[in-house]
Formats: sequence, structure tokens, C-alpha cells
Amino acid sequence: MKPRHKRFALIGGGIAVLGIAAALVLNAFQSNLVFFFTPTQVAAGEAPIGKTFRIGGMVKEASLQRQPDGLTVRFIVTDTAKEFPVAYKGILPDLFREGKGVVAQGKLGEDGLFTASEVLAKHDENYMPPEAQHAVDQAGKAAKTVKQ
Amino acid sequence: MIPELGHFALILALLVALVQGTLPLAGAARGSRAWIAVARPAAQAQFLLVAFAFGCLTWAFVSHDFSVAYVAQHSNSRLPLEYRLSGVWGGHEGSLLLWLFMLSGWTVAVALFSRHLPDAMVARVLGVLGLITVGFLAFILLTSNPFERLLPAAEDGRDLNPLLQDPGLIFHPPMLYMGYVGFSVAFAFAIAALLSGQLDAAWARWSRPWTTTAWAFLTLGIALGSWWAYYELGWGGWWFWDPVENASFLPWLVGTALIHSLAVTEKRGSFKNWTVLLAIAAFSLSLLGTFLVRSGVLTSVHAFATDPRRGIFILILLAIVVGASLFLFALRAPKVGLGGRFGLVSRESLLLMNNVLLVVATGSVLLGTLYPLFIDALGLGKLSVGPPYFNAVFVPLMVPLLILMAPGPLARWKHADMRPVLKQLVPAFVAALLLGVAVPLLYGGWRPLTALGVLLAAWIAGGTGVAIAGRLRGGLSGQPLHWWGMHLAHVGVAVFVVGVTMVSSYQEEKDVRMAPDDTVTVGGYTFRFIGVRKEMGPNYQAMVGELELSRDGKVLRTMKPEKRAYLTSAMPMTEAAIDTGLLRDVYVSLGEPIDERAWSVRVYYKPFVDWIWGGCLLMALGGIVAISDRRYRLKRRAAALQGATA
Repeated sequence: MKPRHKRFALIGGGIAVLGIAAALVLNAFQSNLVFFFTPTQVAAGEAPIGKTFRIGGMVKEASLQRQPDGLTVRFIVTDTAKEFPVAYKGILPDLFREGKGVVAQGKLGEDGLFTASEVLAKHDENYMPPEAQHAVDQAGKAAKTVKQ
Repeated sequence: MIPELGHFALILALLVALVQGTLPLAGAARGSRAWIAVARPAAQAQFLLVAFAFGCLTWAFVSHDFSVAYVAQHSNSRLPLEYRLSGVWGGHEGSLLLWLFMLSGWTVAVALFSRHLPDAMVARVLGVLGLITVGFLAFILLTSNPFERLLPAAEDGRDLNPLLQDPGLIFHPPMLYMGYVGFSVAFAFAIAALLSGQLDAAWARWSRPWTTTAWAFLTLGIALGSWWAYYELGWGGWWFWDPVENASFLPWLVGTALIHSLAVTEKRGSFKNWTVLLAIAAFSLSLLGTFLVRSGVLTSVHAFATDPRRGIFILILLAIVVGASLFLFALRAPKVGLGGRFGLVSRESLLLMNNVLLVVATGSVLLGTLYPLFIDALGLGKLSVGPPYFNAVFVPLMVPLLILMAPGPLARWKHADMRPVLKQLVPAFVAALLLGVAVPLLYGGWRPLTALGVLLAAWIAGGTGVAIAGRLRGGLSGQPLHWWGMHLAHVGVAVFVVGVTMVSSYQEEKDVRMAPDDTVTVGGYTFRFIGVRKEMGPNYQAMVGELELSRDGKVLRTMKPEKRAYLTSAMPMTEAAIDTGLLRDVYVSLGEPIDERAWSVRVYYKPFVDWIWGGCLLMALGGIVAISDRRYRLKRRAAALQGATA
């Protein structure tokens, strides 16, 4: 085999690997990107129904209710402007508290109930998840523009 | 007084680093022996000053000096001594000081253990390391001074984050940083070679043991972090594709490519430009990881501070490092020869495939990690890229890499005939196929991916077996240590693959409500809930659960998971109870009280999970064995002789 052919073979192999990787990435991106919505956006009907996404905001005070099975909990997430109910079956992270920030991942049902598959943990008492902060900030901004 | 001394030592260190980063480099360029001779003493002085500063901060922790802001934020008078010591790197400022301490440690190690290298080369390497030190010292002194005073002093500290009060944290950051920072040595060797224009096999031989050492530490550091997340966070997972985990994994992937490419450069003189690029990339990714973790752009346990100045500073540092080194590369690369030629089928071409696959995998992980940041920065919305993306992209790219691991070490350099190699591997393939079919069938249900995982692991181990058998006639004791090191690391990969395959195929997880005498069964193990009682720890109050573990009616042991409330921060913490075994872990953690008697409880059955960390340990050990090889020292002496006679 001539050196030129050899070089072509090596470059071709490299491009093939890149091509396969690009195909894998595009395919994975299509189905595995998880978008984030604030309660206001959900209330405005921007969030998809039956598709996984993330929500963030504050857990409304005195909204946490344990269901009779002992494991399922319901609580209300608010960004101070809008709020909506979330259900989660399982053990909540240590730092889940009423009145504190929360981020949950799951699906929105036809009935408007968000069923979380995962409630994301925080790692520090005073730490606010950026997404939850973002939701509250957005709602604050919206409120200001309405007043003007 | 002592904190001020520490601060002062850091300022002196910055001055020394400025000298270390300029005079030796200029001296090497001009051929001035006097200036070159500055390099070693400067590196030593630098190390002593930074070590002194580190000692000062440690003393502030040990002696509860709450007039130091950093200590007041990360310690408490009731914090046990071992966590006061590890608390030194429990926050942003201290962890940067640890980083710097590691960097000066690596620098002084290069100064001490490179007696056989040409002085000009050592001067250049130490000079480049000096410049990096300047960057980090300036960063610490300008934005993140750990010695800043708090006036008036706090009466008591705010306590160390309870998540970090764990033996795993004592070792995880130092190991990880040893690895991260260690790549700065590989980087410095690459830049020194570019500066001198001596990009040859000798350079690769000098750089190799340092790179492998850094890689071994990084492997251990990542494994420790993964193990810590497994038992301390109470989630029972071992890898979450969390952006911060990825930040440490990216340099590991490129570092793995680098140690393989260095082998080619040393043995055959090929891949020189590529090796240099990988060395630059490994260190740049270490810096990128530091930026991602320290700038607060990520949501994570590691995001201590969200001071935008800090992020911008590291970003500028990263831009300078990448920009300057690539510029230098562009100037010098065209003059670098191609080195030994090799056939389309050869050890070189197999290693090239290894490199292509690893680099492409790095790219895919980098894309998934940075994509949400870009989208957010462009104002296109907020999104996250979760584990499904990484599993869908990363795993398929690793399969060909694992397949290549068996024939790779058997193929000849330069030009290989694959027929005898494949013929040798027939028994390994048959054994792998049998195991791949048998294990899932016997273990708990047929799954094609499980079969593939077991097959690949057995294939790699079989390949190593064939390689060892092939050398039996030549006398195994005659095999050099680096050969054993390589095979040990490869077996480590096989062990790791077994762990990952089995745990992701057959783990069981249950969240249940348990009242006294309730039972729950996972993976054939039965837990009986006995109750929960209160206990006091040194700086926390704990609810200690008691569960009886049994199998087939035979009681094995009592497990005691805890739910702790730390007194100072009132932060709750879950401490899982784990029964560790060679073939499986059973894992239980307490959720929360549901009523007077019942608790929510999480139980796991994790087959082969410890093989994951065992595999990493073997890989790191392989690295250590490989660098213990005598040839690195012998050939250095030979190189020194050549240098003397030339």
C-alpha cells in the first residue's frame, strides 16, 4: 500500500469515528435534553404535557402533604407569581424544606399535576439552586413590568 | 499574627515565582548558565514558602482562630480534629491554596528528581511551572485570600458543611488535585520541548513517568469522589454525569490518551505533534474544570462561591494558557519531523485509534457539559443534559476501545500481521463468549447489553492472559515492570467494566414505609425494621435506625443507618449503612419519620458495585508499577552521558 493510500485510510477512519459520534450526539440530543420552565411559564401553557422537563421555584409554606401510603408527597411550587402542584413518590432529599428553593424533574399530566421522578438535592442550607432563583427573579421582573 | 505570616509568605512566594517564571526561561534562550541555575533554588524556596503558608492556615484551623474569615466560615469549636485538618480545603480559598501547594510540590519534585536531565531543559520546565504558579498566586492574593481577617472575630465558626465531614473528603480533594495539577508538569515538559525545539523521544521519556503519576493520582481521586458520593450522599449511585464529575473526567480521558500517545513518541518517535497537543489539552481541561467548579456557573456540591470576579480570573488564565501554548505550537509544529513511519496495521495505528476514540469521547462529554451553559449564555432558555445523553453517546464510543484493548498490546510496532495475533486470541474470545452468555443467564435474566459488558471484560482479561502466556517461555521474571504495569491497568479496566455492567443490570432499589417488625426484601436479602433511637455525636444529634439483615432466614448482622442533625448549621444528613461484600453491597438509608413509629426507608441491592472502585484502584496501581520501571532511571543516566559527551 502506498503512503498516500495509507494516509487516506487513516484520515477516513478518523472521519468515520467523528461521523458516528456526531450521529450519536444528535440522536441523544433529540431525546435527552431536559428543558427548564418556571411556574409562570407552566401557567401560561408553555410547558409540554407528557414530556420530561424541570421546574424550579420555592416550596410554598405549609403546602407539604403526605399521602396515606406514607411515601407519596404533594407540595406546591411557586415563583411568587404563579404556583402549581407537584407529586413525588420516594424519599425527599435532606434539605427539602417548605419556604426554600427546589428543583424537580418530571412530567406534567393532563390534570395539571406535575409528577416528579426526581427532586434535586441541594448541598448547603443557604444555597439556592440557580434555576429556582431564576424562576423567582423572572416572576419579580414580570411583576415590575406589569406595575409600570 | 500567624495568619499574617501566611499571607506574607504567599506574597514572597509570588515574587519568587516571578523570578522562577522569567530568569530561567530567558537564561535557557540566551544560554546564560547563571540564569539557568536560578531555576532549582527558586523552585525550592517557592515550595517552602507555600508549605509555610499552608501550615499557617492549618494552624488557624487547629487553634480555632475564628478571627480568620475563612476559618469562621468552615470550622466550629466542636468540629473534631481530623475534620478541622481537612476543613483547610473544605472551601473555595483553602482548596485553591491546596491546589497551589500541590503545584509547588510537583515543581520541587521536578527540581529534585531531574538531576539527569539537561539543565536548560529543567530550567524551561521549571520556568513554565513558575509562570503557572504566578497565575494561581495572583488569583489567590487578589480574589481569594484565605487569610483575610474577620473583625470583630466570630464567637464561633459556622461549621464545615456536614456533607464534607467524612473520611472520604479527607483524601478525595488532595488526590484529585495531585492529578489535576500533575498535568501541569506534562504541560510544562511539552512547552519546554516546543521552546527548545527538541521534540524527540528523549523528551517523551522524561515526560512519561510524570504524566503517568499524575494520571494515577487523578484516577484515584475520581474513584474516591465516586465512592464518597455513593455512601455519603445517600443516593447509592456511583456516577451521575454531574458537570463537576465531568470536569474531572475530561482531563482523565485526555490524560489516558496522552499516556498512550507518549508511549508511541518514546518508542517510535511518531505522534510528536499530537502528543504535545494532548499535553496542552490535558492541562487546559484541568483549568477548565477548575473554572467550571470554582466560578459557580454550575449547580453542585463543589460550587462554594459565586463571585463573578473569580470565574473571570480563571477564564482569563485559561485563555492565556490555551492561547499562548497553541500560538507557540503553531510556530514550532511545522518544523517537527514525522518520526518513524508505520504500517496501516501496527501497534501505532491501534494506539492511534485509541487516541481518536478517547478524544472524540472527550469531545462528546465536553459538549454535553458545556451545552447548557452556552444555551443559557445566549439567552435561549435553561436546560440540562442528563445521564441518558452521556450513556447514549459515551458508552457506544467506549465499546470499540475496549475491543481494541486485547489485540493492542499483542500487535507489533511498525508493521503488524494481525493473523497470528487474532489466532492467539481465539481462546480468549471463546472464553469471553461463553462467559458473556453464561453470566447473565445464571445471574438473573438475559439482557444483551449485560452479555456484551461481561464479554468485553472477559475479552480484555483474556487478552492479558494470552499476553502473559505468550511471554512464559521468555521467562516472566524478565518482563520489565512497565509491561506488568500496563497489563495490571488493563485488567483494572476489565474489573471496572464488570462492576459497571453488573450493577447497572441487576441492582434493586426500594423506597418503603417501615414500622417496627416490617420487612422488605431486595436481591434475596431481607431487612427487618427494629426501630429508631436517639444518640449524640460530637457535633450532631443522630436518629439511629436499627435493621436486622438476613438471608434465607439466617440473620447476618444488624445495620445502623443514621439521620444526623448538625447542631451549628441545623443541617440534616443521611448516613447510609452498607454491608460490603466482594460480590454485592446491601445498602440502607433512613428517609424521614412518617408517624410515631414508622419511617421511610431506602434499601438497595448492588451486585459487584465495589468492583468499580477496585478496577480504578488496579488502574492507578498499574500506573505506579509502570513508572517504577528501572529503564526510566537507566536511560536518563544514558541520556545524561550522551549529553556530557556531545
